[in-house]
Amino acid sequence: MSGGGSPRDAGTGGGAGTGTATPGRGPRTRGWQRSLKGYADEVRGRVRVGERGPILVVLGLIVIWLIFQSLDDNFLSPRNLSNLSVEIVGTGLVAVGIVFVLLIGEIDLSVGSVSGLSGAVFAVLNVNLGMPEWLAVIVGVASGMAVGAFQGAFFAWLGVPAFVVTLAGLLVWNGLTLYLLGASGTINIDEEGLVASLTSEYFGAMAVAYGLAAIGTAGYLLAALRHRNRNKAAGMPNRPLSEIWVRGGALAVLAFGTAHTLNRFQGLPLALLIFLVVLVVSDYVLRRTRYGRKVYALGGGVEAARRAGVGVERVRIAMFMVSGTLAAIGGLFVASGLTSASPTTARAAGSGMLLINAIAAAVIGGTSLFGGRGSPWSVLLGVLVIQSIASGMALLGVEDSVQFMITGGVLLAAVAADSLSRRAETPGGRPRAG
Amino acid sequence: MTFPPVLSLRGISKRFGGVQALLDVELQLRAGEVVALAGDNGAGKSTLIKVISGVGPADRGVIEWEGRLVHIKRPHDAHALGIATVYQDLAMCDNLDVVGNLFLGREIDRVGILDEVEMERRARELMRTLSIRIPDVRMPVAALSAGQRQAVAISRSLMGAPKVLLLDEPTAALGVEQTSHLLDLIEQVRDRGMAILLISHNMGDIKAVADRVAVLRLGRNNGLFDVSTASQEQIISSITGAADNAVAHRTAGTEEAWP
Ligand SMILES: Nc1ncnc2c1ncn2[C@@H]1O[C@H](COP(=O)(O)OP(=O)(O)O)[C@@H](O)[C@H]1O
Ligand SMILES: [Mg+2]
Repeated sequence: MSGGGSPRDAGTGGGAGTGTATPGRGPRTRGWQRSLKGYADEVRGRVRVGERGPILVVLGLIVIWLIFQSLDDNFLSPRNLSNLSVEIVGTGLVAVGIVFVLLIGEIDLSVGSVSGLSGAVFAVLNVNLGMPEWLAVIVGVASGMAVGAFQGAFFAWLGVPAFVVTLAGLLVWNGLTLYLLGASGTINIDEEGLVASLTSEYFGAMAVAYGLAAIGTAGYLLAALRHRNRNKAAGMPNRPLSEIWVRGGALAVLAFGTAHTLNRFQGLPLALLIFLVVLVVSDYVLRRTRYGRKVYALGGGVEAARRAGVGVERVRIAMFMVSGTLAAIGGLFVASGLTSASPTTARAAGSGMLLINAIAAAVIGGTSLFGGRGSPWSVLLGVLVIQSIASGMALLGVEDSVQFMITGGVLLAAVAADSLSRRAETPGGRPRAG
Repeated sequence: MTFPPVLSLRGISKRFGGVQALLDVELQLRAGEVVALAGDNGAGKSTLIKVISGVGPADRGVIEWEGRLVHIKRPHDAHALGIATVYQDLAMCDNLDVVGNLFLGREIDRVGILDEVEMERRARELMRTLSIRIPDVRMPVAALSAGQRQAVAISRSLMGAPKVLLLDEPTAALGVEQTSHLLDLIEQVRDRGMAILLISHNMGDIKAVADRVAVLRLGRNNGLFDVSTASQEQIISSITGAADNAVAHRTAGTEEAWP
């Protein structure tokens, strides 16, 4: 983060690395043993508090990919994977919004309708009323934020359960969308415009995708080494250095592999870049800032948070605003993919498919429905699973009816896993808040 | 004993709908002294703690801090004065680790960015000075035992170097060994010159650490005893109400009625 400091930090990090490696075979073996034991302890600790590592989901994703690849050998083609990386973004952004609400232990059922609303608001203002595109985008996104503020206030101040407020919202905002589109029917948006480019723009130069992979890997390594050095300076125990390199190596393989695949098609999609930026920023805010700590605290114990001086109502409203805003932005990506806003897609948005996919994406990735656990990154993995299934079934020509049942089943399985891990978390009858 | 009390309450009253939870209650806390607050279930002990900690301010009454009149309307006010509280329910954020819970609401940060390293360092230091053994300060509190949670809750309350510590039934959920650890901790804190108000149902705990016992009954003061001179029977009968009409009700059976 601090431009001048990082290179020097990296230097000392390298030095420390050589230091641990020199003593020879014996200590190094011990180091590895310690690291293995540490890792085992960590996993055990996590299992005890009901956190699932990403390993299972990654394995699941690999299995899904292999199955679809064996059924249709176009599935893992650069073209299809590149398209997948664009298709995940609309649902993914909506799901990131849901994560914010899930973290405080609530739910927002209106996100599908809100995403439809913002697409319609944008299309009506820009195409029908001739408002400049950038302004129409802002108003579309702001409409989602306003909806979130409204629903959040109902919940936080009036004490109406969030699922009821947002269930009503699901119908109301969908009705409003149909009303807005009612006069004109389907509105085709400008295919050369800003919103259309969200899903059609690619950075064709190979350097862009590879550069991003390099920045991501280097950023991770620098941050991890810097943290390690600060820990060391404070005389506190550290994770073994080998762990940082293993994780960094895995990240590098993943990042450069993805970049390579994308470059074999049309390069880095703008949509994917935006999605990654949203993930990085929201993860940073949630896990590294004071404000984010309040959000997690609220999900872990409202009473404790209130006593610690957290403005519970304000944080609650803010989280619904974030979810409304991200739903609206996700809606623009959906409209961009279709280059239109139409009553048909609005009805589809209100039917709950997008909502279910978004919730499933968040929960599959490891965000808990019970609050306080998870992170925006969980969405990346979850939405890849969900969208891979959808895209694979579309490729194979599976009918909607079957797709619905499979998607519903996947959501149910993810939620069941979440509930089971939560049950495992409470070993004895520990006194709980309240 | 000639110092003015750190905290002095007079005429504290509070009502919940039809229930007069507190009526004209008085209480004084002095530095380096442990006062036990005893009373039957529903006597108003927790309510009194919430009055002092700002969670549930009184309807009427006067609070003096080091001899001067203060108003405690929010938890923040109590905090600012130097009053720390460990509530009966030990409300914590189960998903956050020990460090996160210790620093909740007063995180160390640089322009809003958490300084995890410094927080962890101070957390370890605090655990060391209080001789509290926790497997790992980076463990979510959900994975801790009842005694460990209690210890974390108390360390959390000691973070801001408070002058008054309020403990609401801290030993209720603990086993024998954990309880004796806790009583050691309380003595250690008292010896640093802190004033402690300890709500307890347990005569053994009271005898072990308290200097004085204040008894509440049906929301009113019902006696103040010096632990070294008062007999256990005296204290108990004042709690159960036998002392309301001492001559008629004082019987040998009172002690067995103790829960
Ligand atoms: N928030 C509340 N609302 C209504 N009544 C309450 C509330 N808190 C306490 N009371 C009542 O006030 C009385 C004193 O309660 P409390 O202070 O919890 O007693 P205890 O001495 O057991 O801690 C009880 O009759 C209780 O029912
Ligand atoms: Mg009580």
